[in-house]
Amino acid sequence: MFADERMDRIVDIIVNSFFPMLKAGVAFTVPLTLVSFLLGLLLALFTALARISGIKLLDAVARFYVWVIRGTPLLVQLFILFYGLPSIGITISPLPAAIIGFTISVGAYNSEIIRAAILSISKGQWEAAYSIGMSYPQALKRIILPQATRVSVPPLANSFISLVKDTSLAATITVTEMFRVAQQITATTYEPLVLYCLAGFIYLIFSTVLSNAQGKMEKRFDRYVTG
Amino acid sequence: MIEIKNLHKQFGQTEVLKGIDLKIEEGNTVCIIGPSGSGKTTLLRCLNLLETPTKGTIQLGKFSLDFQDKIPVPKDKVIKFRQQTGMVFQGYNLFPHMTALENVMEGLVYVRKQDKELSRIKALQLLEKVGLSERANHYPFQLSGGQQQRVGIARAMAMEPEVLLFDEPTSALDPELVGEVLKVMKELAKEGMTMVVVTHEMNFAREAADKVVFIDKGVIVEEGTPQQIFEHTGHERTLQFLNKLCS
Repeated sequence: MFADERMDRIVDIIVNSFFPMLKAGVAFTVPLTLVSFLLGLLLALFTALARISGIKLLDAVARFYVWVIRGTPLLVQLFILFYGLPSIGITISPLPAAIIGFTISVGAYNSEIIRAAILSISKGQWEAAYSIGMSYPQALKRIILPQATRVSVPPLANSFISLVKDTSLAATITVTEMFRVAQQITATTYEPLVLYCLAGFIYLIFSTVLSNAQGKMEKRFDRYVTG
Repeated sequence: MIEIKNLHKQFGQTEVLKGIDLKIEEGNTVCIIGPSGSGKTTLLRCLNLLETPTKGTIQLGKFSLDFQDKIPVPKDKVIKFRQQTGMVFQGYNLFPHMTALENVMEGLVYVRKQDKELSRIKALQLLEKVGLSERANHYPFQLSGGQQQRVGIARAMAMEPEVLLFDEPTSALDPELVGEVLKVMKELAKEGMTMVVVTHEMNFAREAADKVVFIDKGVIVEEGTPQQIFEHTGHERTLQFLNKLCS
């Protein structure tokens, strides 16, 4: 009898929590991921270009940025942004703080992916672009980046899926994304195992959908290599 | 039309070109021959500034550039100078993410900023000229080496350069594909295109060149008509080189 009652209660909790959590996922986790990733991609592109620019100062600044961000935990970076900065008078709301934190982090990691992708394009492609009269920016935009993009899709997708999961860290700076909602429901129901498994399950759904999107994108970019 | 004076190129401690003087007349085809490592490709790449000479002057069409050690040529000057040249590469270097047609159109549309439709028409004419109008919408990986190289020639021609530079254009090709590329080049030579060709194809040099230049160890050993070089050379090193090719 006891087991049956417990089972019913768990089913109730799952049914009642699934949609609020999914909603938090759609309302916070997904936008947080998308916005941070896109901004991070832009930051990564400029960082990569600074690294290969051959201008010593730019290269040094970019190296320093990547070194610091890759060498410190994301959780620590978020805490500095949200809990640390107010003590010197800079107060950032939870969601912007999360976006800034994730953008800076993803920018550092992706800059290395983009740099490697650009360097993987043969020197002959640059030379061919120059030989038809292109300038450096033209060659980069028309010839090199389109090819580098194709090379960088798989590693960038990796980084994107990592970010989907890392957004759960935003819970620690009070952003009510999906994991925070799971914590809140746990606090009132005392069923951590059920709710955290449910949260994991929803993250799994998100990353599966995104992996499939990656496959489609790779196929699209492969058209000029395999037809 | 092209005048090279006292051209030097140094890579680190190695001096690859040790004072080259060469004149190329408009409409001429000049073949540069010589053993590997002699500096012939470097000389060609200096003509469109893919390599910056260490010393010397190059006068090409409207522009004359004077090179001095460690003084860089301004970027816009480099681009303007280079736009007078077209280059065909040993490894084709077609843009793999574009069709044959797009490869030829690219410079017209994005460098010359010409109308897309007009560029397409011109690119199609050029592809027809190299015998590839039926492959216009193929990507490079769908083309044979010989076809890719002919697209490469059309792409270089599209920019209407004063001079076409060929860097061993048939060296990467299967033997049975060499002919189709040389045929296109011979036609261009006949039409009066100014061409500088680094090549190992002595038959092509013999038939199509107005002038043959033999380079060894960074200096021009000898230059002259194909007959002078291939049949009446008085230079030991030229003879040695030619004999090696025939053996």
